[in-house]
Amino acid sequence: MRHLARLALPLLAALAAAAPAAAHKAWMLPSSTVLSGADVWVTVDAAVSNDLFVFEHVPMRLDNLVVTGPDGEAVKAENAATGKFRSTFDLHLTKPGTYRASVVGEGLFATYKLNGEPKRWRGRPEALERDVPKEATDLRLTQTQQRTDTFVSLGKPSTPALAPAAKGLDLRAETHPNNLASGETARFTLLLDGAPAANVDVEIVRGGVRYRDAPGEIRLKTGADGSFSVTWPQAGMYWLGAEVQDDKATIPNARRRAAYNATLEVLPQ
Amino acid sequence: MRRAVTALFPTLIAGPALAGEVAVSVEIPRLDVSEYHRPYLAVWLEGADGAALANLAVWYDVRKKEGEGGAKWLKDMRQWWRRIGRETELPLDGISGATKPVGAHALSFSTDAAPFAALKPGHYEIVVEAAREVGGREVLRLPVSWPPQAGARAEARGTSELGAVSVGLKP
Repeated sequence: MRHLARLALPLLAALAAAAPAAAHKAWMLPSSTVLSGADVWVTVDAAVSNDLFVFEHVPMRLDNLVVTGPDGEAVKAENAATGKFRSTFDLHLTKPGTYRASVVGEGLFATYKLNGEPKRWRGRPEALERDVPKEATDLRLTQTQQRTDTFVSLGKPSTPALAPAAKGLDLRAETHPNNLASGETARFTLLLDGAPAANVDVEIVRGGVRYRDAPGEIRLKTGADGSFSVTWPQAGMYWLGAEVQDDKATIPNARRRAAYNATLEVLPQ
Repeated sequence: MRRAVTALFPTLIAGPALAGEVAVSVEIPRLDVSEYHRPYLAVWLEGADGAALANLAVWYDVRKKEGEGGAKWLKDMRQWWRRIGRETELPLDGISGATKPVGAHALSFSTDAAPFAALKPGHYEIVVEAAREVGGREVLRLPVSWPPQAGARAEARGTSELGAVSVGLKP
């Protein structure tokens, strides 16, 4: 039970969002994604929840927040705070172009049996040996790599901040994520460790789930070249998620679970 | 007579005496609302492929704040922003200006000046978009065939943020 309580800690919950289908969703929600002017601010909320985009479960920890500016440089998040249900931070946009806010997390997850009883553990790789008893049987290790993204653009959208990461799951945007409009088709490519990730399930859900009877998610699969296309049925804030499991963990005898999710705003025509 | 000449020597349309006119009229309607702000309004020229070719008018709150002005809300004219606005450096001499009051406003462009002087024959649209703080947004499109025929005219009427909008061509 104590283990379960620990699992409920926000950081862990954020990482747990990498778990399949039924899990909570990790997201960031910017106050605006398309901005004009010369010197503007954006506030971003970050949480892990079932309802999109309602902070009703746990906040997303910002320890691993990285903001990349229009020239690919790091941008400082200001006024960061974490409350009971959500974290929040501000971005001061002073240069035209696209900014990407990312929370990138890595972790190790173990399930094992002790005297026939199933146990779960989550923590840093170096703590595994100390925390999991020698007598444990049926030890299964999963290394998790998770990325949560959102994008905002001041003036004309630019691409340096969109450069895909070399590790884990990431998105290559053939259609700029700040240039999405209802009725139009956007094309993206899912990359795993920088290479196209073929045949991966992608889930897309429009926000406001709380006020609908059916979530109405869009389910897609990436093609052989890792690409997928989505025609936005209507304007709104959308959550996009994908996950891959393989044996390419950097920790011996572990499986790897890589997850990507992003918040994308689709504007009316 | 003038038409015959221009048909034979289209490249000669240079002298002011031969210049035609593109006359655009935009009506900002009177609205019965508790909080009224003059709309931001943009007029621009689009090719048949939807590519924006030129700004014809951009009315926004130029005085709102020192330095930046009301540029912060330019993106609320969503279509304009996406097609040309976000690539437009404001202020634009002779094109951008302050927001306008309720009523009909006339815009006049010479066919021998940019952007019309360089326009290739074909189909175009003049697009009018209005967005109002704590209000709505409306876009109207007026088809234009080029080169202009005498008396060519297109009209549209908005239902919320725009009134009567028209374009009349004088070759």
